[in-house]
Amino acid sequence: MATDLLQIKNLVKHYPSVKAVNGIDITLQAGICFGLLGPNGAGKTTTVEILEGINSATSGEILYKGQPLGDQFRKEAGIMFQSTALQDFITVRETLTMFSQFYPQHADLDQLILRCNLTEYLDQDNRQLSGGQRQRLLLAIALVNNPDIIFLDEPTTGLDPQARRNFWNLINDIKEEGKTIVLTTHYMDEAYSLCDEIAIMDHGKIIAQGTPKSLLEENFNDVILQLPESELQDIDLSMYTIHKRNSYIEITTCDVNEAVSFLNKNNVSLSKLQIRPRTLDDLFLELTGKELRA
Amino acid sequence: MNTVMSFKRFLALLVSRNKEFIRDRSSLSWNILMPVLIVAGFSFAFSGDIAKQYKVGVINKAAATDIASEFLQLKHIEFYPVESDREVVSRAISKVQRHQVDLLLDAEKNQYWINTESPKGYLVEKILLGTKSSDFTRQTVSGKQIRYIDWVIPGILSMNMMFSALFGVGFVIVRYRKNGMLKRLKATPITAFEYLSAQVVSRLMLIILVTAFVFYGTHYFVGFVMNGSHFNLFLVFALGSLSMISLGLIIAARISSEETAGGLLNLFSWPMMFFSGVWFSLEGAAPIMQSIAEIFPLTHVTASARAIMIDGAELADISYHLVVLLVQSVAFLLFGAWLFKWD
Repeated sequence: MATDLLQIKNLVKHYPSVKAVNGIDITLQAGICFGLLGPNGAGKTTTVEILEGINSATSGEILYKGQPLGDQFRKEAGIMFQSTALQDFITVRETLTMFSQFYPQHADLDQLILRCNLTEYLDQDNRQLSGGQRQRLLLAIALVNNPDIIFLDEPTTGLDPQARRNFWNLINDIKEEGKTIVLTTHYMDEAYSLCDEIAIMDHGKIIAQGTPKSLLEENFNDVILQLPESELQDIDLSMYTIHKRNSYIEITTCDVNEAVSFLNKNNVSLSKLQIRPRTLDDLFLELTGKELRA
Repeated sequence: MNTVMSFKRFLALLVSRNKEFIRDRSSLSWNILMPVLIVAGFSFAFSGDIAKQYKVGVINKAAATDIASEFLQLKHIEFYPVESDREVVSRAISKVQRHQVDLLLDAEKNQYWINTESPKGYLVEKILLGTKSSDFTRQTVSGKQIRYIDWVIPGILSMNMMFSALFGVGFVIVRYRKNGMLKRLKATPITAFEYLSAQVVSRLMLIILVTAFVFYGTHYFVGFVMNGSHFNLFLVFALGSLSMISLGLIIAARISSEETAGGLLNLFSWPMMFFSGVWFSLEGAAPIMQSIAEIFPLTHVTASARAIMIDGAELADISYHLVVLLVQSVAFLLFGAWLFKWD
């Protein structure tokens, strides 16, 4: 039976000029990967920092294994911040050894090094690591205490596509061990691929929550037809909902046959037609009216 | 329950910080080189004869009268010849007016020019006029000369310690707060007490090592008086470092801007450098200045080190300074730990 690992009740964080978190409730079951999504300024980093015990809440309650956050949580939580500096003039091996000494029990460092693919860089100064190597080291630090819950705050921001994919594989490995993961990300494909459950935040509130699939099913029963803008010049598309994306026009429709017939009737070339299902990007746009990266 | 002080965590931080400092070659060499360069510079500047106290221009030296000749034999006065040409004499008089020359003497005519506003001119005039009177009985003493270099070295060592303590701890903590390293440590079981203790002990060890290196290196190459116990001097430097590192902790307790930290550190270090008796004796200084100097840890470190090195003082002789440094260390440490914020 799934147990509640983390319970957040009516969490509020007010700064003098802004209500960063405005009454949110989340219950995390052990062993899931939970994604917290939102545009910049939505309050997700503040929320995660409160959950990590780094920031304090104005009001509300957070329970870890039924107890308020405390020493047990600090020993059992692994944290990878959005941006963390590492100590200069210290090697990867020394950094991992130092962090491992902070905890009463720690993971097997050799296994951790292998898992995070750090073997080649062990004696390299932290300052000389590339973006991907650095993120893998930060993940290894987050795992050094063999944590039950791991917070990953935008872990793949700034990585190239290959490094991102490699990082996803690492996170999937961790998931398979039954660890609980809290992931914040800008990337919808990342959330869709890794998360069992997501919550979308805007203006300090959760505006949608569920599994990625259920959220898409609940909100959409249509598909998107994409065509180059040049193919649709002088065509009256007023009966459809359309979006312009780069040099393409996206036509939203519940009836693909009807839409294709309409395009045929207007002598539109369909050689470059693409039909795609709705994604979390669309859901986000629908719910917040903003591009995720805005 | 998480203990306030775990030796394992403290040691991990200490080792890591020490490695960082030792591997930062530019910082390490600057810590060692700066005092050596200062001492070498002073040693060079004060080598050779003792500096002349007074400067006297002499016209018609070759035709000097008997009484003028007697004056010209005096030691520790720099006599330089001035041609009797009217224009040259006029320029020499201007130098007297500007305090560049203390007195101008025409040795043939027994005539001299003096600036009535110049203290040194007043004294050299008294010497000139008193040359013939010698009704006092002369008593002589002997002893090894204490050069300015001997007097200034304890101060330079202490000053270097101060800069290393204040900037070494202050800047590092502020930098790590600014770049998020402290925030990352906050998310571990590390306590503020463990973190600050590791910073203090690490810096203390490194300051003592660097100071010892500079002390013996300078002693070997330049040579200076050391009449006291090396162990007593070590105690003074250790306590002085602790006090000034703790002062650095207060400055760095909450700031996250390196610019602000730099300004504040300068605000503390520069007055200490000038008004703690490092470069000149505070005896005879205004009473208010002497009272202010008492607040500075550097005053007590310098005075103690100087007493040990020059006078061979024992710990009992400098107990007042040691007590002040100890009280300051404890007070600064507690206040700094209380003020400290991770982010």
